[in-house]
Amino acid sequence: MTGQPLLSVKDLRVEFPSRRGVLTAIDGISFDLREGEVLGVVGESGAGKSLTGTAVIGLLEPPGRIAGGEIRLKGERIDNLPPAAMRKLRGKRIGMVFQDPLTSLNPLFTIGDQIIETIMTHLPVSERQARDRAVALLEEVGIPAAGQRLSAYPHQFSGGMRQRVVIALALCAEPELVIADEPTTALDVSVQSQIIRLLQRVCRDHGTAVMLITHDMGVIAETADRVAVMYSGRIAEIGPVRDVIKSPSHPYTIGLMGAIPSLTGDHDRLTQIPGSMPRLDSIPTGCAFNPRCALTMDRCRVERPDLIPAGESQAACWKLLESEEASR
Amino acid sequence: MSTAAQPAVADTGPVVEVRSLSRTFDVSKPWLNRVLERSPRAFLKAAQDISFSISKGETFALVGESGSGKSTVAKMVVGLLEASAGEIRIDGVDMRSRHQAGQEMRELRRRIQMIFQDPYASLNPRWRVDRIIAEPIRAFRLESSEDAIAARVGELLELVRLHPRDGAKYPHEFSGGQRQRICIARALASKPEFLVCDEPTSALDVSVQAQILNLMRDLQDEFGLTYLFISHDLAVVRHMARRIGVMYLGRLVEVAESRELFRNPRHPYTRMLLAAIPDLEMTGTPRRPVEGEIPNPINPPSGCAFHPRCPLANDRCKRDLPLLREIGSTGVACHAVEEGRT
Repeated sequence: MTGQPLLSVKDLRVEFPSRRGVLTAIDGISFDLREGEVLGVVGESGAGKSLTGTAVIGLLEPPGRIAGGEIRLKGERIDNLPPAAMRKLRGKRIGMVFQDPLTSLNPLFTIGDQIIETIMTHLPVSERQARDRAVALLEEVGIPAAGQRLSAYPHQFSGGMRQRVVIALALCAEPELVIADEPTTALDVSVQSQIIRLLQRVCRDHGTAVMLITHDMGVIAETADRVAVMYSGRIAEIGPVRDVIKSPSHPYTIGLMGAIPSLTGDHDRLTQIPGSMPRLDSIPTGCAFNPRCALTMDRCRVERPDLIPAGESQAACWKLLESEEASR
Repeated sequence: MSTAAQPAVADTGPVVEVRSLSRTFDVSKPWLNRVLERSPRAFLKAAQDISFSISKGETFALVGESGSGKSTVAKMVVGLLEASAGEIRIDGVDMRSRHQAGQEMRELRRRIQMIFQDPYASLNPRWRVDRIIAEPIRAFRLESSEDAIAARVGELLELVRLHPRDGAKYPHEFSGGQRQRICIARALASKPEFLVCDEPTSALDVSVQAQILNLMRDLQDEFGLTYLFISHDLAVVRHMARRIGVMYLGRLVEVAESRELFRNPRHPYTRMLLAAIPDLEMTGTPRRPVEGEIPNPINPPSGCAFHPRCPLANDRCKRDLPLLREIGSTGVACHAVEEGRT
């Protein structure tokens, strides 16, 4: 790894103060994202994957707050920017694609109004140039008859077409990073594959890095270069996508992969991880996964593991350290 | 119109037989609008000419994208929705014969239960779990004393791997997966033989989904249950079902044994669906791009509804509706497959 990472997150903590004490939703996560790279962030609901995305783009809903750590975009800290500076950066340097395309578009304005407004907010162009650019973008994301569709309202598009518009909107100021939060979850499989390909293609063409947040391992396998597996607000395992999927190291990742019904193999039973993810107010001490883990040792119950190298990837599990020491 | 192939193990005969089942919804605007705007009545054909049979102890699955009519079929089979045409026979008894003796109908209802997609919406938030699970027992008068009912509820909770003490809690105290277990316990309370499961795991995370799918299989082995399993997830369906029906815009386009369907999909739509699933095996095989989206079901394309998206379509496909025809043990509704244009 040479040069500066595009996005660098160090020891990020996100907390929600509540009447019953402070809930730590994200507890010390660190990762880097290189230019043009696609980083998948997977996890089950409540793992903190979406919150990681919202923290990076500075859209945490109060009372949620960044309580520690730092986020750097090309070396420059962005987690403590004043709201006005953050607003400038959002959309310009970091684009966002949300899960539900119907709620991320304003139903009262035409698609054209929304794209042209965004372009003119971030780029020094005239309205005419902005309009041309909007048409070009819509064509690029595969909207037929883009010129005429500018005057259409969001409800006049199908779900897949709407998500294409949202992608165009995210890309309109040539951002360096796009955060895509479950971009295909609301879509059917056949449309999902179109949108994934589109996102992959346009980001490659523009050299945009992508942080792809999803619960779907299949989508990650198809799209991402590296993947971070999250559990209870922490990163359980991070590494090149092939290593993590084909030879996972963390017991949680192993269980997760076994729990996915396969399209080719012949398993009579799926691997079962007992129990479910702990609630934020009752995260166990030590490794958050220890009550559900088959390999739990005494150390796992008291001390939280850091990310430990495991082949090409890194996993937060004491067992790995033990096997590493044994092999020495 | 041919029915789906009979499976080899059908020594007990089909438990569920569905023949030419159709359902049309009237989606017209109100009368005044129709007069003023001169718009005609509009009908949505949610399910058309659906036929299949399920043998005892078997799992038959219906897959399809949203709007394909799979849930409509499920609702008709349990009797929550009346069919516009066609018949449903369960153990030879026609579900539609309302004039049948009430007792017989009641007995039939007891034997069919349903598990819904959303475990948050299908449990009454104001009832304690034991009351929810006891309701079918009370409704069908399966136990006489309160003690017997309580004992049975405890038994059911243990059956779905919950603790009998959990009966005193309210639904909101449980996670999604646990709630789906409660739904399963309630469905099993009337000792049914046939369960209709409409997307039972779509609202759940993968690790919880695995728990529920394993549980459903264990219960099937234990009680010899017959499942009609509805899902949009092909991998889940492949894991659960022995036979699969693929639906597109209200029609069955292919019915096949599970293995056969995945090894040798025949209908172009099935092939497209299989090609569209993200590949977890990372074989690196380039995927064929999928064209287009599902058309509006109120105005479906003429002929074969899939023809605008089909790479094999010709004039005949635009004109004539293909019927489900048997090729070996597989039923396919496609002119191209029939004519050998592949």
